[in-house]
Amino acid sequence: MTTVTPGAPLRTTSVGTAHTRIEGRDKVTGAARYAGEVPFADLAYGWLVLSTVARGRIRALDTEPVLAMPGVLAVLDHRNAPRVETGYTGLLGKPDPTCAVFQHDRVPHLGWPVALVVAETSEQAREAAEALVVHYEQEPHDVGFGGEHPDAYPADGFMPAVTEKGDLDAALASSAVVVDAEYTTPEEHHNPMEPHATTARWDGGRLELIDSNQGATWVVGELANLFSLDPASIRVRSEHVGGGFGSKGVRAHQVAAVMATTVLQRPVRVVLTRRQMFSLAGYRSPTSQRVRLGADADGRLRALEHRSLSLSSTVYEFIEPSAAVARVMYDAEAHHTANRIVRLDVPTPTWMRAPGEAPGSFALEAALDELAEKCGLDPIELRLRNEPDKGPVSGLPFAGRNLPACFREGARRFGWADRDPRPGVRRDGRWLLGTGTAAASFHAGAAPSTATATAHPDGTFTVRISAADIGTGARTALTLVAADALQVPPDRVQVRIGDSDFGPAMIAGGSMGTRSWSWAVQIAAGELLERLALGADIPPEGITVRSDTAAAIGALTPAERHSFGAQFAEVAVDVATGEVRVRRMLGIFAAGRIVNPLTARGQFLGGMIWGISMALHEEAVRDRASGGHVGADLAGYHVATHADVPRIEADWIDDPDPADPVGIKGIGEIGIVGAAAALANAVWHATGVRHRSLPIRPDRVLSAPAGAPDA
Amino acid sequence: MASSTSSVITLKINGEKYTLPVDHRTTLLDALRERLDLIGTKKGCDQGQCGACTVLLDGRRAVSCLQLAVAAEGREITTIEGVADGDRLHPVQQAFLDLDGFQCGYCTPGQICSAIGVIEEHAAGWPSAVTEDVRPEAGPPSLTPEEIRERMSGNLCRCGAYVSIVEAVARAAEVRVDERPAGAVAGAKEAVA
Amino acid sequence: MREFDYQRASDVAGAVALLGADPDTRFLGGGTNLVDLMKSGVERPARLVDIRELPLDEIEPTPGGGLRVGATVTNGDLAAHPEVRRRYPALAQAVLAGASGQLRNMATVGGNLLQRTRCGYFTDVTQPCNKRTPGSGCPAITGEHHNHAILGASDHCVAVHPSDMGVALTAFDAVVHYATADGPGELPLADFYLPVGDTPHRETALPAGALITGVSLPPAPVAAHSRYRKVRERASYAFAIGSLAAALDVQDGVVRDARLALGAVASRPWRAAAAERVLVGAPADAATYAAAADAELAAARPLPHNGYKVDLIRNLVVAVLSELAEEAAR
Repeated sequence: MTTVTPGAPLRTTSVGTAHTRIEGRDKVTGAARYAGEVPFADLAYGWLVLSTVARGRIRALDTEPVLAMPGVLAVLDHRNAPRVETGYTGLLGKPDPTCAVFQHDRVPHLGWPVALVVAETSEQAREAAEALVVHYEQEPHDVGFGGEHPDAYPADGFMPAVTEKGDLDAALASSAVVVDAEYTTPEEHHNPMEPHATTARWDGGRLELIDSNQGATWVVGELANLFSLDPASIRVRSEHVGGGFGSKGVRAHQVAAVMATTVLQRPVRVVLTRRQMFSLAGYRSPTSQRVRLGADADGRLRALEHRSLSLSSTVYEFIEPSAAVARVMYDAEAHHTANRIVRLDVPTPTWMRAPGEAPGSFALEAALDELAEKCGLDPIELRLRNEPDKGPVSGLPFAGRNLPACFREGARRFGWADRDPRPGVRRDGRWLLGTGTAAASFHAGAAPSTATATAHPDGTFTVRISAADIGTGARTALTLVAADALQVPPDRVQVRIGDSDFGPAMIAGGSMGTRSWSWAVQIAAGELLERLALGADIPPEGITVRSDTAAAIGALTPAERHSFGAQFAEVAVDVATGEVRVRRMLGIFAAGRIVNPLTARGQFLGGMIWGISMALHEEAVRDRASGGHVGADLAGYHVATHADVPRIEADWIDDPDPADPVGIKGIGEIGIVGAAAALANAVWHATGVRHRSLPIRPDRVLSAPAGAPDA
Repeated sequence: MASSTSSVITLKINGEKYTLPVDHRTTLLDALRERLDLIGTKKGCDQGQCGACTVLLDGRRAVSCLQLAVAAEGREITTIEGVADGDRLHPVQQAFLDLDGFQCGYCTPGQICSAIGVIEEHAAGWPSAVTEDVRPEAGPPSLTPEEIRERMSGNLCRCGAYVSIVEAVARAAEVRVDERPAGAVAGAKEAVA
Repeated sequence: MREFDYQRASDVAGAVALLGADPDTRFLGGGTNLVDLMKSGVERPARLVDIRELPLDEIEPTPGGGLRVGATVTNGDLAAHPEVRRRYPALAQAVLAGASGQLRNMATVGGNLLQRTRCGYFTDVTQPCNKRTPGSGCPAITGEHHNHAILGASDHCVAVHPSDMGVALTAFDAVVHYATADGPGELPLADFYLPVGDTPHRETALPAGALITGVSLPPAPVAAHSRYRKVRERASYAFAIGSLAAALDVQDGVVRDARLALGAVASRPWRAAAAERVLVGAPADAATYAAAADAELAAARPLPHNGYKVDLIRNLVVAVLSELAEEAAR
């Protein structure tokens, strides 16, 4: 394999230049087909039946009358469904039976799939599914999440649960200034606009899924393990994906669809309803976090403790690692962090845009703001005084830490220097005004991927990689990367993605997709150029080169590799009605080389809008009595609308990653990190009241006693 | 009286007539997507809570998920597939494309149909919830960014492409203004300045 | 959703005849609430009678400055109508504050009055709900109720009426007109919604088999100076957590006439009659407005998690009346 030397003098004109989306015309004309939109003759429709109790056993299912209903083809449940294997280690690290439906009679949470009804039309399937009577042996359930649950325990997940250095109590006792505060964030749901959808069929001895997911080869791997199939006998295609945000892996509907198509030998489509997504698509756990900070009078941290509690199901141990933010952001002689979880009778949570960082940065960056207030320091100055020179826990060097530059540029553009630090003193009619800031960081990583690059006799090229464009602009970014690597204009390169037959590749997740795929594309394209330089004629089938980045990525030296950012927000609060409105936001990011400024701006802004939504709107409410949600739909679960989002801005500073052949770090998640904290800090600056529980809803603003510093 | 749970209906969609039998339970949205392969109209929530299924009914925007197909007979239905002029994109489509008014693209057809409706409603002088003075004496409101945001709020975009969508609607409204009295969309320029 | 018959009515008498006395038949207007409830299983009609093409889509000025609005007028057309905006600006504002542009183009005036609560227990058929299944219980009272009623509720139901339009109509003494097989009838909106009591499933006083044909608004000069303010948990496209339709006539610093109705506080749009009694004849100042609000809210019985609504409504009354008085003084 040829190594492309970082910094080699390639002719780069496409990367860094704004380019409209390759598939943009298809998306604005309605021509782009998503997973549930590819027609098949003889298609049958599956509809999932979910449990109505939160814990117990299925005693009986009255399937006979349902099978007699018009159009009904089959009812699959734990008595007749094909068996699946769940004891394998998947991408989540441990065996995860969350998607293994119809294998037993146990009900681990309300909304657990107990049957799939398949019928000739979706109307028939829906009516039959609603008519299916299921008898349960109900057991007492516990869905109550709160500050200190007796069954909580530290849990590792993808990182150590606990890190400790120094004597925390001693350092706190000797600190001139101490902040000790608890913060909570609620259960939050991804809610991509396209509901999870799959169409499964057997085609010439191969299992094929037209599926909405964040990684086609990921889905193949999971299904191969579950159904004990050769991965080569499964093909997953996902040309267009209507958003994912962490929720689109392998879930109950794909497994049920594969079972149904196997039993019926017909194509079967299963689409989750919006309400079902609240039980089956994963979600972000609520968190209860305690932050203790001790500092000298000049703001230098001596003690830092961040403890976070999240929940998981009884089925699988998933950890929302909120306390890990401090392991990157700030150092202190006593530095303790801990992620703990409690297992309840609820669905399994999962990755959701900036897992850990989103809720963790809310607590930590709000606590920093409280410390700044107590020290009488500007919040930016406080952060600059606490810039670590190496990883606070790892001791490793930072491979670039451009946080101060982000703050300086942001402060200049936001007009921070003119800010009066006193809270509650600015008014515009019925609105109190305030500004706030917060820092952001997100891990910059890459994972092994394969790609092929093909030169055609007509001078065009095709690049194939099993990437997923879930709205990130990956297809376009990869086209620009390939064009530069091949030293041709982008219109001579066709990038094909979303097909597991293109070979293993990283998923669209962890802000690692475009970086990981670009690396593979860059190497394949570079090697192809070298082959072409030898001057051989290109045969009709073209010349194809394949790359695999496993070795190169494995050779990366250990370092603290992250993107950084500074968030600024201005809010208006009417304390008479409790309404909070965002007036402006600015995010400045140091997030590697920006491949396509047009789509990158959308990624950053989208993340910041998630921050607005998280700070002010989103909260899934669970009913303790039933164990289920109340208002599990887009009228009950509020996400930000157009009217909630003013003309916010995102920009970036030059920050190419020297360890990456293209210089990319990844930008999908950092936009949300710190955004909610900046907004909450601005609400304090407007009103003088600290809101430590998200979302900052009108009832919470109204319930905050006038003049009280806490809420 | 004879009762029946299905009917043969004729729908007028994008200027063409389609005759098909429908289960009365079938929504216009499902008829478009599952029966007529007009998949540009998207199903985001199926409950009137997201706007992804927005189409134009008799020229006005409506959510097709709460519109029964059988009840749509006799109405002029325009979907995203019918808004362009042949290969020439509708100004709203072109502005969405040029200004990147989308990410995953799933809410996009609904946003575009809704924006077409917004521009027409505004041209007809309709006020909105953020119009300072709704009395007719106050004159037609300017299509400011704030007005666009309020009027477009029935279309959720979870990717968060709102900033560029508002820019795109403002740009498209400027194109539309050529066809009507000057001044009616004076405020639209703010958004793209 | 179960299978159903569909009929399209072309005149009022025909529509009423098609409905007959069949409890399993529903009129279909815009469908924005009914079709949604059919999908969730709350409504399971055996037959729909489509009334959208009935000749009830006119807005007509009436002598003396009132209006008569047909039942199938869409919310969108109602809010856009110049006479609505001129004579009852708070009504136009209330309609515009509701739902989305798309839904307003579909939803009708008649349907708006009959829309059902958005209580999350009511719309989830796997949950108990006295309104949906009489006698099954009300989990909201001990469960999630931060957006439930503070006025006029009972131990059987604490749901709120979701309408914005209805709040303004209530403030302006609207009268509901209907047709039955026995002839036409009318009900003042004040008597249209039934008290909750122990029968939350019985929502209106509309006779069985009746079709709402329209709403009339009596002349009300005070309404020309009116406002609707809605507070919700995001800036748009959300139901109210508290709202207010108010009209105020101030002369020489004294309140001559006042209309006040509240939204999202009760099972129906809530006419604040006690507040109006305090206002009329009193000095037009913040103390009067606060006293008026307090008079109305004296009957409030908040639940553990919705007590904020008492403060919210009080603040809204003071703020909106102050704004109206200030504008009138200009």
